[in-house]
Amino acid sequence: MTSLLNPSRPPVFCPGCSHERSLHVLDRAFQDLELGAEDVVIVSDIGCSGLFDVFFRTHAFHGLHGRALTYAAGIKMARPHLKVVVTMGDGGLGIGGAHLLAACRRNMDLTLLVLNNFNFGMTGGQFSCTTPPTARVGSAFLNELEHPMDVCRVAAAAGAPFVVRRSVFSTDLKEKLREALLYPGFALVDVWGGCPGRYMKKNPLSPKDLERQVAEAGLWDGPVEENVREEFRTSYAARLGHGEPPLDWQGIEPFYEASLVEPCGVVLLGAAGERVISAGALLAETALRGGLHATQKNEYNITVMRGPSITEVLLSPRPIDFTGIEHPGVIAALAPEGVARRKDLFEAATEGTLLLRAADVAVPESRARRRDVDFKGAGIGRKDRALASLVLIGQATGIFSVEQLGQTLRQTVPEKLHPAMEEVFRKAAALEAT
Amino acid sequence: MGRILIDGNEAVVRGALYAGCRFFAGYPITPASSILSGMLEALPPAGGMVMQGEDEIASIGYCLGASMAGLKAMTATSGPGISLYSENISFAIGSEIPLMIVNVMRQGPSTGAATRGADGDVHFMRWGNSGGLPVIVLAPTSAPDCFTLTVHAFNLAERFRCPVFVVSNKEIGMTRETVDLDRLERPPVIDRAIHREGAFLPFAAQGPDGVPPFLPLGGSVPVRQTSSMHGPDGYITTDPHQIQALVERLTNKVEAHVDEFSFYDLDAQADARTLLVTYGVTARAARTAVSRLRAQGTPVSLLVLKTLWPVPERVIRRAARHADRILVVEMNLGQLVHEIRRVLCAQQVDFFGLMCGRLIRPSEIVQEVCRD
Repeated sequence: MTSLLNPSRPPVFCPGCSHERSLHVLDRAFQDLELGAEDVVIVSDIGCSGLFDVFFRTHAFHGLHGRALTYAAGIKMARPHLKVVVTMGDGGLGIGGAHLLAACRRNMDLTLLVLNNFNFGMTGGQFSCTTPPTARVGSAFLNELEHPMDVCRVAAAAGAPFVVRRSVFSTDLKEKLREALLYPGFALVDVWGGCPGRYMKKNPLSPKDLERQVAEAGLWDGPVEENVREEFRTSYAARLGHGEPPLDWQGIEPFYEASLVEPCGVVLLGAAGERVISAGALLAETALRGGLHATQKNEYNITVMRGPSITEVLLSPRPIDFTGIEHPGVIAALAPEGVARRKDLFEAATEGTLLLRAADVAVPESRARRRDVDFKGAGIGRKDRALASLVLIGQATGIFSVEQLGQTLRQTVPEKLHPAMEEVFRKAAALEAT
Repeated sequence: MGRILIDGNEAVVRGALYAGCRFFAGYPITPASSILSGMLEALPPAGGMVMQGEDEIASIGYCLGASMAGLKAMTATSGPGISLYSENISFAIGSEIPLMIVNVMRQGPSTGAATRGADGDVHFMRWGNSGGLPVIVLAPTSAPDCFTLTVHAFNLAERFRCPVFVVSNKEIGMTRETVDLDRLERPPVIDRAIHREGAFLPFAAQGPDGVPPFLPLGGSVPVRQTSSMHGPDGYITTDPHQIQALVERLTNKVEAHVDEFSFYDLDAQADARTLLVTYGVTARAARTAVSRLRAQGTPVSLLVLKTLWPVPERVIRRAARHADRILVVEMNLGQLVHEIRRVLCAQQVDFFGLMCGRLIRPSEIVQEVCRD
């Protein structure tokens, strides 16, 4: 039964401040639980509630306004044995509202003391998210226009499994704090009290008034039945060490020698859902297995299932510095969406550029050597055009063969997809022959 | 060992694992999201923890709590998220909390172009904190750099107990490239210095550039951490001498040691009178431009800075010693160039930059060099 109060830093709250009473009640609850200084961390917010960490000789973390619950969560994840106690005023509650909701939803084993005194004491008594509209506070008339937040109802709605509301004068406050500290999940205690330095100057608030107001707002006694569930860190721990971490990087040794002397930039211009980016990846993997260097970058709209889908693959016998494509070696115009997005490529095309144009896709004028491809006639669907175009690119440039493409496919793509993809390769190869 | 195909964000994830990262928290944002998913895939199976914050403020807050509890922690975002990190970055600086922050920059301002690269946050990372004390910023040019500089960044965060940025952009983070594993640089891993003997004062450091030895929250000795201005004992102070000593130490511990972590590539040509200075993905266009210029008989030297902050002044002065003209090229409208002008105040420093969502081309750099 040892007090955890800090002998070198006695409390210095204003005379009559309810925080001092809360401080001593919290200390008595710690004593009841026989907690040592090293067992507890006080994570305090900004404002007068932010003084709590100093007045205890426990671990202490005093961070930014409204963010105490976030630090507390990080600490609890790393040190699950600690009693993590967050002290926050109604100010911190308002500015950190998103964190309150997340903490309630998450149900991590933290104890949150809301030291609710209906105003910003430290900065001049401005209104907070819990100030009654009838109060006279330091924000002129503004509090008359806003509805105060009922912390307990909000917390319960967001999933908090343990919610208490008491006046600071309540005789069972210590017992309720003890229960909250023992509760194996997120426990919120909304403690109503008076701020003699600011709020109470114009809003008299006797202990009786407070008790009455708490009773009117509704006592909350602890467990919220519909929200009781397993604690977050416990559930998390059960997942740790499960599954396979990714393997160490396994380098690829080439199985053939790609035929390429100068860098060649390949751009596939397609539409969402046409597996353009997967085709680009297969092209890059094929180049890698031919001893080439490669880069791949992609472009698609945020609406991932609509609009253009473009992949740029740069192949080079030497390490690649600039990853852009100044003069494309190959443009595959597979869908109008991709063509519309990258008109610049057609301007940059030279006589050395090969343009593979799907027969049903219009393209701008360019200097490229154009070859029209009747994918539809060959029985190659829209989703397979990009894949099929790789066969044509290999044949036209001579960089790799359809066999080498197929071997890369077998090394990099799940087996169940092989038959369908190899069928596309066969159709594309036949297309070349006709 | 052969080659692999990876993008910069994957390389950051692997670098973090290699460096001993045990905690990651992030909020989804293009083009940094694949770091969150990569960490989620890698860390929990290996016993580490990953959280998705309700916002960026929460994400960095979780990391600061976990770091003070003794875990190596990392978060990743893009420019809009750095805005939300800002107040906590000040906290990490002032309260000496080791933290690795990845900023995969995107074209701004504001929401900007989410899927386009740019380097518009260079000054923002350095000066976007209240108090204006220094941070460390490392800028990779490629996926292998992302791996190596991530390891260095963790090491520096641990060594100096401060936030360290690895700053790439969409064009590095989301561009896959072949990486030669035999040539990948794997620096040795450094851990924070732990307090061993005697009474523990959480912010007591040796000398005017010292770093306080660390004890974790949750250990057997109670530890005080505070965002308030504090003395060595971790209690609030208003003593001007103590305050001045602290802010000077926070500055010196980083700035006085920049020569020990000035990462750069200097490709000097003996008779060159022009020095190109650049960083990030633009370094790659510059390398191509330099080969072309030399092939056409125009001598030029190239300095690629991989430490952006603190500004590696000695490296810049030495590289520019024989230059009549310095051309700074950036994917923004002129940021690092102000530092180069400050360092090389007697020399001609020109600037070329674009922030239009596409890469600066080698041909454009060649043209700017020849404009002389």
